[in-house]
Amino acid sequence: MTALGPVDYAIWLAVFLVEIASLVCLLKGKAFLQHFTIFLYLCSSLAVGIGRYSIIKTSGFDSNAYLYFYYYSDALLTICLYFILMSLYAHVFSDMGVSKYMRGGAMLLLAGTSAITYHMVAASTDRFVTHFVIELAQNLYFVGVLLTYLLWGAMVKLRENRTRLMHLVLSMGVYMSLFAGSYALGNLYSNLFVWRYFFPLIAMWLPVSWSYTFLKVPEDARIVTARVLVPNR
Amino acid sequence: MIAGLIFAISIMTLLQFFVSYSHSLIAESRGHELSEQAREISGITARAARGDQFRRLLQLIDLCPESGGDRSQVRAVSLYFGLLGFFRTLFAWIKPAIANWIESERGGCAYVAAVMLDRRIAYSRVLMARQMGNRL
Repeated sequence: MTALGPVDYAIWLAVFLVEIASLVCLLKGKAFLQHFTIFLYLCSSLAVGIGRYSIIKTSGFDSNAYLYFYYYSDALLTICLYFILMSLYAHVFSDMGVSKYMRGGAMLLLAGTSAITYHMVAASTDRFVTHFVIELAQNLYFVGVLLTYLLWGAMVKLRENRTRLMHLVLSMGVYMSLFAGSYALGNLYSNLFVWRYFFPLIAMWLPVSWSYTFLKVPEDARIVTARVLVPNR
Repeated sequence: MIAGLIFAISIMTLLQFFVSYSHSLIAESRGHELSEQAREISGITARAARGDQFRRLLQLIDLCPESGGDRSQVRAVSLYFGLLGFFRTLFAWIKPAIANWIESERGGCAYVAAVMLDRRIAYSRVLMARQMGNRL
């Protein structure tokens, strides 16, 4: 049974503290109701962190129990991220009254990605359940990247100028791309020891960027979209 | 095959999102007009700065008292500047246009550092005025 080393403990504690700090910033920035899905994600992530820690303590890092729990909880967190993305779509398109259709579309996409991934893994020769979950996480993150890219494109077209919203969408784009790319690379080179530290480290990006946004960017702050695209203008 | 494709597309979108995110962090400062004193100290004459001025500006920023918890902003700009340096080492030899773009971004970071210095100088003046007022 592989136990946690000092580096693992330090990373786990850092992620836990950063998520709590982000929750505090969300409440302090009076954005709790407006961004309830972010609150939901942070609470789920904290619960998942505690769950992963207790499973490592009882069964070990290289146990099957941890492997299953890790990937299934990750898929659950990705679905929570979809909820955040849907709420961001709802914020951006709030004036047009199309957020209902956006939500429906995103849910359909989520179900479609899961079904296609299941079909792909079921058709392959090695029908491992873990294989399905790893593929699913990679594909969900990738569809998340495309959805965020689409949202950012729409924001640029609509000349969206709410700074907070812009920060939230762009940080989500960075996170989704980082995870989709890392999962894809992890699929190609799964035996690298770096992954053990890399995934928890990059998981800190969203809570850190949210903390900054809710603490430093006021709700009524506005920014010219062109300055974000071409800053030298 | 699919994993490779997803990796390539994700890296491209990651770069685009990260650059836009960094721009959104520093965009407010880019529109700021530098005071005469800040121009004199930083040596920046036009609205643009050179990337090689960044380190010196950071040293000057460290000499001034922190204003309104801007430390995180300074760190964010330093991080972006460091990443640009890394990308310059990696990719600039491929195409000179990339090197020009990176240099213009580094200049932008230097200008933002000058704006932060300007704000800190103004804050130092306020502190000094307050101290003088208390003595009287």
